[in-house]
Amino acid sequence: MDRREFLGGAAALAGATALPGIARAQGAELSFFYPVAVGGPITKLIDAYATGFEKDNAGVKVKPIYAGTYQETIVKALTAHKSGTPPVLSVLLSTDMFTLIDEEAIVPFDDFIKTDEDRKWLAGFYPGFMENSQTGGKTWGIPFQRSTVVLYWNKELFKEAGLDPEKPPKDWAEQVEFAQKLTKRDASGNVTQWGIQIPSSGFPYWLFQGLTTQAGAILANSAGDKTDYANPAVIEALQYWVDLSQKYKVHPPGIVEWGTTPRDFFEKKVAMMWTTTGNLTNVRANAKFPFGVGVLPAGKKPGSPTGGGNFYLSKKATRAEQEAAFKFVRWITTPERAAQWSIDTGYVGVTPASYETEAMKTYVAGFPQAIVARDQLSSAVAELSTHENQRVTKALNDGLQAALTGTKTPQKAMEEAQAEAERILKPYR
Amino acid sequence: MTNRATATIHGWLLLLPAMACLALFTHWPALASFIESFYSTPKARRPARFIGLDNYEQMLADPIFWKALSNNLWFALGTIPTSIALALLMAVWVNDRIAGRTLVRMAYFTPTILPMIAVANIWLFFYTPQYGLLEQITGLFGARSTNWLGSQDTALYAITIVAIWKEAGFFMIFYLAALQAIPPSLGEAAAIEGASRWTFFRRIQFPLLMPTTLFVLINAVINAFRMVDHIVVMTRGGPDNATTLLLYYIYQVGFGFWDTAYAATLTCVLLVLLALVAFVQYGWLERRTHYQ
Repeated sequence: MDRREFLGGAAALAGATALPGIARAQGAELSFFYPVAVGGPITKLIDAYATGFEKDNAGVKVKPIYAGTYQETIVKALTAHKSGTPPVLSVLLSTDMFTLIDEEAIVPFDDFIKTDEDRKWLAGFYPGFMENSQTGGKTWGIPFQRSTVVLYWNKELFKEAGLDPEKPPKDWAEQVEFAQKLTKRDASGNVTQWGIQIPSSGFPYWLFQGLTTQAGAILANSAGDKTDYANPAVIEALQYWVDLSQKYKVHPPGIVEWGTTPRDFFEKKVAMMWTTTGNLTNVRANAKFPFGVGVLPAGKKPGSPTGGGNFYLSKKATRAEQEAAFKFVRWITTPERAAQWSIDTGYVGVTPASYETEAMKTYVAGFPQAIVARDQLSSAVAELSTHENQRVTKALNDGLQAALTGTKTPQKAMEEAQAEAERILKPYR
Repeated sequence: MTNRATATIHGWLLLLPAMACLALFTHWPALASFIESFYSTPKARRPARFIGLDNYEQMLADPIFWKALSNNLWFALGTIPTSIALALLMAVWVNDRIAGRTLVRMAYFTPTILPMIAVANIWLFFYTPQYGLLEQITGLFGARSTNWLGSQDTALYAITIVAIWKEAGFFMIFYLAALQAIPPSLGEAAAIEGASRWTFFRRIQFPLLMPTTLFVLINAVINAFRMVDHIVVMTRGGPDNATTLLLYYIYQVGFGFWDTAYAATLTCVLLVLLALVAFVQYGWLERRTHYQ
């Protein structure tokens, strides 16, 4: 289950139009937009949570509405908001925070934090996840299904290349060195196996953020009104990415498709890949060889972006509905439930406490790869998010793809992207 | 009431449901888009206000708009003649009495009945570097590996080919139906006169197929500007907008950037473009078309 999975939404179109008139009575009905297509194992889990919460809290009815992909869900949520009957609670991308604030579609959680116990709960989340959930001193989102980028490697191919299968590359230089050993060519010079793959289709900025963080740059400020695309460290990071294919020839040339990268890995066409922790269950089920999962190799320092979805509270809901929604959010993020959710889906547990539960300890003992994402959180940064988020991100994406396909130099591509982002963000300062 | 008046009221009443639907879902949205294109995008604290031609100026200065427009023209140029020619060729072929023609007809029509999203996913794997179907075939001839969708030089062609593959079979059905409506006596007469297969096609079949060609052409043009599903699955407009078509860009601006006024502006351009094409087709081509 991956937030970037593009398909499967088609069947969920019904969701938005079927939005019910929300009961205003005391026994509030809690409508809840969740980004997944109808059917499938995830909806069963969410349905079970809904019934579980209803059992513990008589009088509240939780009504999950499966609204398709993240993109479709925010389209439906904002359209519903504009027409006056939005869902009380939704799970949307953490990076949509500024968009939702600008549309005045959400309220911060701070008003509902009253007791010491509430405060303790709020402080219990990983700070890496809260970076994308807070701005201007307020908490606008609560982390729920979060992920991060990690390195997967094929232990069998490592052994064949004379490398220690238990040791992934620990820095950029080693990454190149290993990849060179892992790249195989046939007699006529065609590559039959690539050393490494970093996907660059659709949303290259997210994986690129791994490289920029490692190079010591932060792409946007926390107020979300200024980007730093033309920082020399960012250009250096892009140069490294371009060099992997142009100079060292250990990475496929051009744009590498996100969707087929895991398959490339299963087919042994690539020995190491960068992708989301959300692929862990997929790789575990489909890789016919022993594989390792590790933190991303460090540049000047280690680093990776977080990603995934947060809970948001609708501004247009009644106070009673918001209170009920808040209660539900607290209920579903208790350590035991967060741990079970992580085990069932592959998303990262959102609190340190979830990793201290019995269930999680047993799970991790049998599947140690699952712990890597957590270990990486200490060096994780917020996913790129600004006002006019998709437009500002697109400027970067276009620049990255231009550099990777060789039509612009990294320097020129990043300077142009920065100029475009400046133009868009100026009115927000 | 006179008979005539009753008939008139009767007629209008029968037209009403269809007209109401058309006005509500086609004419009003088009008109609303046109009006909205002269206003700014409403934000929570800033309601929409009249800004004249600002949106249009922004559009003229927007390099991605120009890129999308030129991509779309190349895409149209690539898909329309090829898919129509291919459809005609296939139709003429399966119209003849050949062994297993039902099977061949069905095979040609298959791409049409497959859902677009599934089709795009199949092609995604065809185009995959190294082990994709296309790579395996070119690999047999020792050709170098190509990243079809991941390179700015080939991505638009790759998308164009999928569209042709998808549409040719659909258009073939229309041609096939039209071919079967041509009286066999014409063929017999031509045979007696000793006309060659080519002369028969050029002088008899092709002119008689003109109404179908016109219909198919209009559909092909509309489809060329309506293409969006494949883009979403296969490239998302990348690399660096190399496959961004107009409608995909409108979707991105409208529902990604939430700049609804600018999206309305782009929509107006698309509408004007399509209206122009339809005008030329109906006004000019139809006069040159022979109906039986």
